[in-house]
Amino acid sequence: MMAAPDMRVERWTRRAQGFVVSLLLLALVLAFGPLLFSAGITDRLSELFVYVMLAVTWNLLAGYGGLVSVGQQAFFGLGAYLAVRLSAAGVSVYPALLLAGLMTGALALAIGEVMLRLEGGEFAIGMWVVAELAHLLVNLDPLVQGETGTSLIALDAFSAAARRADTYWAAFAAMVLLLVLVFAVLRGRLGTALQAIRDDEIAAASLGVRVLATKRVVFMLAAGGAALAGALWLATAITFQPHAYFSVQWTAYMIFMTLVGGLGTFEGPVIGAVLFFTVEWLFGASGVWYLIGLGAAALGFALFAPRGLWGAFTERFPERLLPLGYHVVGARAAAAAGGGEER
Amino acid sequence: MIFLNQCLQGIFLGAYYALIACSLSFLFGVMRIINLAHGSLAVLAAFLLFVLADRYGLSPWLGLVLVIPVMAALGFLLQILVLERSLKGGLLVPLLSTFGLAIVIDNLLFQGFGADTRSLAPYIGDLSFASWSLSDDITVGQLDVIILAAAVALLGGLQLFLARTRLGRTIRATAEAPEIVGLIGIDARAVYALSTALAMALATVAGAFLALRATFNPYSGGMQLLFAFEAVVIGGFGSLWGTLIGGILLGVAQNLGAFVNPHGFLIAGHGFFLAILIARLYLGPRLARLRLARLRPRRPRPHAARPA
Repeated sequence: MMAAPDMRVERWTRRAQGFVVSLLLLALVLAFGPLLFSAGITDRLSELFVYVMLAVTWNLLAGYGGLVSVGQQAFFGLGAYLAVRLSAAGVSVYPALLLAGLMTGALALAIGEVMLRLEGGEFAIGMWVVAELAHLLVNLDPLVQGETGTSLIALDAFSAAARRADTYWAAFAAMVLLLVLVFAVLRGRLGTALQAIRDDEIAAASLGVRVLATKRVVFMLAAGGAALAGALWLATAITFQPHAYFSVQWTAYMIFMTLVGGLGTFEGPVIGAVLFFTVEWLFGASGVWYLIGLGAAALGFALFAPRGLWGAFTERFPERLLPLGYHVVGARAAAAAGGGEER
Repeated sequence: MIFLNQCLQGIFLGAYYALIACSLSFLFGVMRIINLAHGSLAVLAAFLLFVLADRYGLSPWLGLVLVIPVMAALGFLLQILVLERSLKGGLLVPLLSTFGLAIVIDNLLFQGFGADTRSLAPYIGDLSFASWSLSDDITVGQLDVIILAAAVALLGGLQLFLARTRLGRTIRATAEAPEIVGLIGIDARAVYALSTALAMALATVAGAFLALRATFNPYSGGMQLLFAFEAVVIGGFGSLWGTLIGGILLGVAQNLGAFVNPHGFLIAGHGFFLAILIARLYLGPRLARLRLARLRPRRPRPHAARPA
C-alpha cells in the first residue's frame, strides 16, 4: 500500500472505545438480571447466553480454524453428562458444571489427536461419528438408564427462585468469560496463526506456523466451551435425556447462528445468536416449518452471503467497533475495496 | 454356527452400505466435496418409492424405473443450483450448504409423512422373507442375495464405465484437472452435473434397498450418511472395490457387535471405523494419506501433500 502523509494505523478508534464502554454498561445491567427481570425473562436470557456460547465456539472452530464440525453435539452432550456424573459423585452442583466443561476440554485433546488429522468433509462427518459413539456409550451408563435419562437432582436443594438466579449468573459469567477469552485469543499471535491456516494451510506451515498445535488449542477451546454450554443447558432444563443433548440439531443451530450472523467475524455469531433466540421465540412453536426455515436460511446464506449479516455490514462500514485487527485511517477506499484491514 | 450366520448377514448388510457409499465416494472423487445431504436424498428416494407403492399400488421394482430418472434430474438441479455455487465459495461452503439442504429435506419429509417408520417390504410379496436354508442355523434371504448381486453389478459397472467408456474417461479427466479440460473441448460444468445426476441415480437404488430390507423414517438420512462415510473410509485406499470391501467389513463388524451385546451393533460399527482410522493415521507413511476412494489408483496429486 502506498504511504501517504495523512495515513496512520489505528486499532482502537474513538468510536470503538465508546462502543466498548456501552458494552460494559450493558454487561453491568445484565449482571443484575435476576433482580431486574421477571422469572420468565431471566430463564430466557440464560438460554440466550448458552446460544451465544455455542455460536462463538463453533465460529472459532469453523470461521477461524477452517474446521467445519457437524459433531459439536458430542461435547454439548458430554458436558451435560459429566455434570450429572460429577454431581452424583458428590461434587456440589455449580462447580460441577465448570468442572464438566474443563474435563470435556481435556478429553477433546485426545479426540483431536485423531480427528484433527482429517481434512474438510472427512473431519466434518468424522466428528459426527464421534458424537454418535459418545451418545451410545453414555447410554450404557447405569446412572443414565439408556434413553430414559436422569436429572440433575442436586438442584432440588435450591428453591426455584435461587436456582433460576444462580443458573442465570453462572451462564452469564461463563458467556462473558468465553467472549473475553476468545477475543483475547483472536487478537493475539494465535488468532493471526489461525487465520493464516484457514486461508491456506500449506502456506501457513511454510511460514513456520505450527498448524497442528494451533488447531489443537482451538479444538480444545471450542469443545470446552460447547461442553460448558451443555452443562449450563442442563442446569436450565434439569432433565438429562441423552438424545436431546447429543442431537445433531445443536450443530444445526450453531451453523445457523454463525452463518447468518457472520462466519469468521467476532461479532457475527453473537448477532446470530440473538437473532436465533428471537426467531425461536417467535416461531419455535411452529415446529417443523421452523426447522425447515432454519435449514433454508443456512443454505441461502452459505450460497449467497457466506460472510453473513455482519460481513455485509462491515463491507459498507469498514470501521470495527471491536477491533481484532488494525485500521488504516485515510485509506478507506482501499479498505472498503479489499475489506482487508482485519489482519 | 450362529457366529458364522452373523458374519454372513453382515456381508449382505455390507452390500447395501457399499451401494450407498459408492455414490458418495464417486462424487467426492469427481468434485472433491462431500455431500452431507447424501443420506437424506437416498431417504427421499425411498419415500418416493413408498408413495408410488402405497398410493398407486406400483411395485417398488417398477417404481425404481420412474424414480431413478426423477432423482437423476434432481441431482442435475442440485449441481446447478447448489453445488456449483458452493464450489466457488471455497472448501467450507459445500459442507455448510449441503448440511442446510439435509435439514430442509429431513424436515420436509417429516412434514409430509410424519414420524412413522416405513418399509417397502410389504409391497414385494414373499420376497421380503423368502430364504434358502443352508443348514439349521444358516439361512440366506433371497432379497439379500439380490441386493448383493446388484451391489456387485453396479460397483463393477461403475468401475468399467469409468475405466473403459469415453464418457468415463471424460469424467476422470475433469476430476483430475477441471481447469484444463476446457482446452480439449470438455465442458466441466456439464460433466459435474452429469456426475451428480449419476450419483443420485445410484443413491436411489441404495435408498430402495434400504427401504426393502429394513425400515426408514424422515430422519434416517443422517445415519445413512454416516454408514456410507464409514464404509468409504474403511475400504479407503484404491478403487470402488475397496468401497465394497469397506461396506462388508462395516456390516460384519456391526453384526458381530450385536452378537456380543444387544447394544453392540452401532457401537461396534463406529468403534471399528475409528480403529481403522487410527491405524491408518499412525501406521506407515503410505497408509497415512487417508483419502476417500479414488476413481482409480494413481500418483498423489501435488496439493494432496500434507504438512507433518
